[in-house]
Amino acid sequence: MSDGTQLKTPYFDMHVAAGGKMVPFAGYAMPVQYPLGIMKEHIHTREKAGLFDVSHMGQAYIRSTDGSDPAVALEEVMPGALAVLKPGKMRYTLLLNETGGIEDDLMVTRTFEPEGTLYAVVNAGCKAKDYALLEERFAGRLVLELLEDRALLALQGPKAEAVLAGLAPEVKDMCFMEATMVTLEGVVCWVSRSGYTGEDGFEISVPAEEATALAERLLAHEDVEWIGLGARDSLRLEVGLCLSGHDFDGSISPVEAGVTFALGKKRRENGDFAGSERILGELAVGPEKLLVGVLPTGRAPAREGVEIADMDGVIIGKITSGGFGPTFGGPIALGYVPKAFVAEGTDIQLVIRGKLHPAKVASTPFVQQRYKRKILS
Amino acid sequence: MLKFTEDHEWLLIEDGIATVGITEHAQTALGDIVFVELPEVGASFIQGDEAAVVESVKAASEVYAPLAGEIIEVNDILVGEPGTVNSSPMDDGWFFKVQISDASEIDTMMDEADYAEFVAGLE
Repeated sequence: MSDGTQLKTPYFDMHVAAGGKMVPFAGYAMPVQYPLGIMKEHIHTREKAGLFDVSHMGQAYIRSTDGSDPAVALEEVMPGALAVLKPGKMRYTLLLNETGGIEDDLMVTRTFEPEGTLYAVVNAGCKAKDYALLEERFAGRLVLELLEDRALLALQGPKAEAVLAGLAPEVKDMCFMEATMVTLEGVVCWVSRSGYTGEDGFEISVPAEEATALAERLLAHEDVEWIGLGARDSLRLEVGLCLSGHDFDGSISPVEAGVTFALGKKRRENGDFAGSERILGELAVGPEKLLVGVLPTGRAPAREGVEIADMDGVIIGKITSGGFGPTFGGPIALGYVPKAFVAEGTDIQLVIRGKLHPAKVASTPFVQQRYKRKILS
Repeated sequence: MLKFTEDHEWLLIEDGIATVGITEHAQTALGDIVFVELPEVGASFIQGDEAAVVESVKAASEVYAPLAGEIIEVNDILVGEPGTVNSSPMDDGWFFKVQISDASEIDTMMDEADYAEFVAGLE
């Protein structure tokens, strides 16, 4: 299963015992699917509750060396309003380079520590790079404490709340993008109401030595199944969420990637973040190219790398994520097109195995997100 | 006569015509099939040509022509119901029928017992 050079999460043995098909992913041996299969795992998550091992992702505390708010420094390279984050609140943000390109996307949470310590979760494939970029830029100012002794579980789906409330009733009071310490099975965990499937749910950071017991307890609930990386990918694609390193990289700006919601209003006004000149310029006049939803007219899936052509057959862009949406019930994709082609309903063509297939530019999400947002009174 | 290839295809050979599909082992390995691209009736292949494509949720895989010949019929059911390959790989989930041009190509193929041994050796 593993060739010995791959890292294992604390759940490796549980995945193998559950029949998980282990594949190399970002240096780890991870389950791409279980005997249920990607299609049923995907549907199960949308209908009940899926349990995902995301321990390969990077977890870190970020503190300042002089006791000041670490978020103030981070805002130099992250365009979200981080300094205003109150304890227990989290935000999706971006790690930008000096040209305004997206090195990675990440979640940043304000902990309850008095010095305003931040807790960050970054993508597995980018974590070494992210840590190096931060340590280089903020040497002497910020300190990263890598939480390599913690596992990370995501419990996602409409039944996630009921399942987790069975262990800790107070999680019912949490809203989307809130986080707090919760005692689960006698173990203090860091729990957030968040995820990357478009469903309501939680992410649970648990000490590695207690990790398997917690997963076993959650899986004992009849509504919970292990879900692999295959369904994790189709779930996030259906709700139009970008995948770092695929739908954007260090050459793509937040405006091009369509993640302008991650640009704080005040932060735009101040223009005080890396690459802001380019990003604010693109906001003002529109980007040359934009990440859009793509709906193939036929049944053939358009995968990452498939070229996008105009109706004359001239290549105008590329698919960056694509496949079959089990809940949507057909092929769906994301890709970059020039600004003349971004309108919903624009006819385009896809070059699949050398043949042109008709498609249309579509709005995302393809399937509606169902977060438990705070009701504003 | 039922024959098998190392590419996990099966061939039911009757009167110089081979009905071709993928095996139970292949459909399990591929997972949920969401799209099948079939060859054109009348197309001619030599052994090893890409004749069809199967796509699961996760990935696309080629189906190679197991022997030379002309496609005389394709299973149109798979266009609308690609999952038939998962539910009935050896029967309703057949892909295409080939008019065999060189019967000697059958000689190197495995029979059912050999194929079962071949699959067991992969695990």
